[in-house]
Amino acid sequence: MQHLLATHPRRRLFQLSPPATKPSREGVFFLPSIRIGLAVLALGGLGAGSLALAQEPPAPSPERSRELIRMVRQDCGSCHGLTLRGGLGSPLLPETLRDKPPDGLKHTILLGRPGTAMPPWKTFLNEAEADWIVAQLLRGFPEESK
Amino acid sequence: MRKALRAWCWAILAFLPLLAWSAEPTLRGTGDLGVIIERSAGRVLIVSTSSNSIISKVEGLGDLSHASVVFSRDARYAYVFGRDGGLSKVDILRGTLEKRIVQGGNSIGGAISQNGRLVAVANYEPGGLKVFTADTLEPVADIPAAYGDNKLSKVVGIADLPGDRFIYSLFDADQIWIADLRDPKAPKVEKFSNIGKAPYDGLVTPDSRHYMAGLFGEDGIALLDTWQPEQGVKRILANYGRGEEKLPVYKMPHLRGWAVAGHQVYLPAIGRHEVLVADTIHWKETARIAVRGQPVFVVARPDGRQVWVNFAFPDNGFVQVIDTLSGKIVQTLEPGKAVLHLEFTPRGETVWASARDDHKVLIYDTASFAKLAELPADSPSGIFFTSRAHRIGF
Ligand code: HEC
Repeated sequence: MQHLLATHPRRRLFQLSPPATKPSREGVFFLPSIRIGLAVLALGGLGAGSLALAQEPPAPSPERSRELIRMVRQDCGSCHGLTLRGGLGSPLLPETLRDKPPDGLKHTILLGRPGTAMPPWKTFLNEAEADWIVAQLLRGFPEESK
Repeated sequence: MRKALRAWCWAILAFLPLLAWSAEPTLRGTGDLGVIIERSAGRVLIVSTSSNSIISKVEGLGDLSHASVVFSRDARYAYVFGRDGGLSKVDILRGTLEKRIVQGGNSIGGAISQNGRLVAVANYEPGGLKVFTADTLEPVADIPAAYGDNKLSKVVGIADLPGDRFIYSLFDADQIWIADLRDPKAPKVEKFSNIGKAPYDGLVTPDSRHYMAGLFGEDGIALLDTWQPEQGVKRILANYGRGEEKLPVYKMPHLRGWAVAGHQVYLPAIGRHEVLVADTIHWKETARIAVRGQPVFVVARPDGRQVWVNFAFPDNGFVQVIDTLSGKIVQTLEPGKAVLHLEFTPRGETVWASARDDHKVLIYDTASFAKLAELPADSPSGIFFTSRAHRIGF
């Protein structure tokens, strides 16, 4: 059973013109690397996982990572669900995001999606952090540590 | 000698009932009890508002982000609606999970019928309403929120209406529906279309006459007089944003909870740092009150003298109190990090506030604003007292 919002028209991702200041080089770079990472992960198990990790965007400091994980689980979770399986916002699971360009997802997070309930988070997240969140979402978002 | 023996016998006889009584569990009512959601732990706390303490914990309720609760009419059972589509019936006297079913993929709320026999769940996924018997949680009706060509809408803002009816809004379809379950096997549905863009939540007024749906997609509130449904849905507070661009909304406001105080209704403005006030006779805007952030819950103390407001991220550490006589903010509190919900004790002498990121629940005196107690809780969100059992619309 597909979530209604999961099937939103792809064109909306591209209607969002990326801000002039942000080079799209990053997205182009990460797109294949994450794809490969995921493919290898799917095939190979844990050893391959660390290979994907090596090419991921730099992780924020441990303290900031904890903050970001809590923010995504709790504050994004208020629309997307604690388990990120969706709510008012669409599911943010690896299987629902896998086929979407990570750069587009990053822009959605930073700039929101006008005309929908998805707000822009650029006041609270920088680009590297948004990249890191997208990478984590694509591999299955970490649980909060207690 | 004989006299002494007789005195002993009497003494033992007098004690017997006491002995028997102490072997039984202590008898108590539920009128001063409540349920607090621990959203990440899948657990609820049963609390007493007389002793300001936790009396038991019930585990195993699944994903409780955005969970809500209604009570059986005898105020013994709490029905907990979980995000993961779980519907749990909790015995608050015994502190046990009586039954749990997973009835949908994704839900956020529900309601109990006027006669107490039916529990309805509003589902996001699959979009629609499902109705169960209150005693055993057997399914009795399934009403998909179908619109357009075979699409299903997310259902929001459910409340009960007299006559074993449920009223709710269709977020994706811009509609309000009333499902009549007097005959649960043959539910009748009355639909109102084009009520305004993207209704996100709804409430019924304390007299259950009017249903209001807040709109996310445009400025304004949809209003239905359920005593005169033939008059259709009206728009009130239209254009409250005066065409200005709204701020990003980081959390959807909630309309549940009475925000009606006297002849005024207090409502959160979407994407603005304002509480809107309208009169409940002509439904015209009478005031707007500037507040600290974007309001999430705007709730009136039961006597209507105060209205308490909490806020969306990033102002969710604050709570403000409006004096309804002067229309002014009389207090700003900082109960803790990420205050998600506020609930008044039935007569309003205290208010309980959950601070999710501080992992505690704070109890305030509403007259002096003094903090009376703090209870530990794991990421607490909603707080629900049993007095809701006897109010329509809760
Ligand atoms: C107020 C509600 C709300 C909050 C809070 C929210 N989102 Fe969203 N989000 C949405 C909605 C609604 C959509 C779907 C938009 C659409 O229809 O295209 C969405 C879409 C998305 C998408 C695109 C998904 C896809 O399949 O294309 C991503 C990624 C996303 N959100 C990430 C986040 C992150 C990360 C946060 C927290 C930093 C967050 N969201 C917080 C409502 C929200």
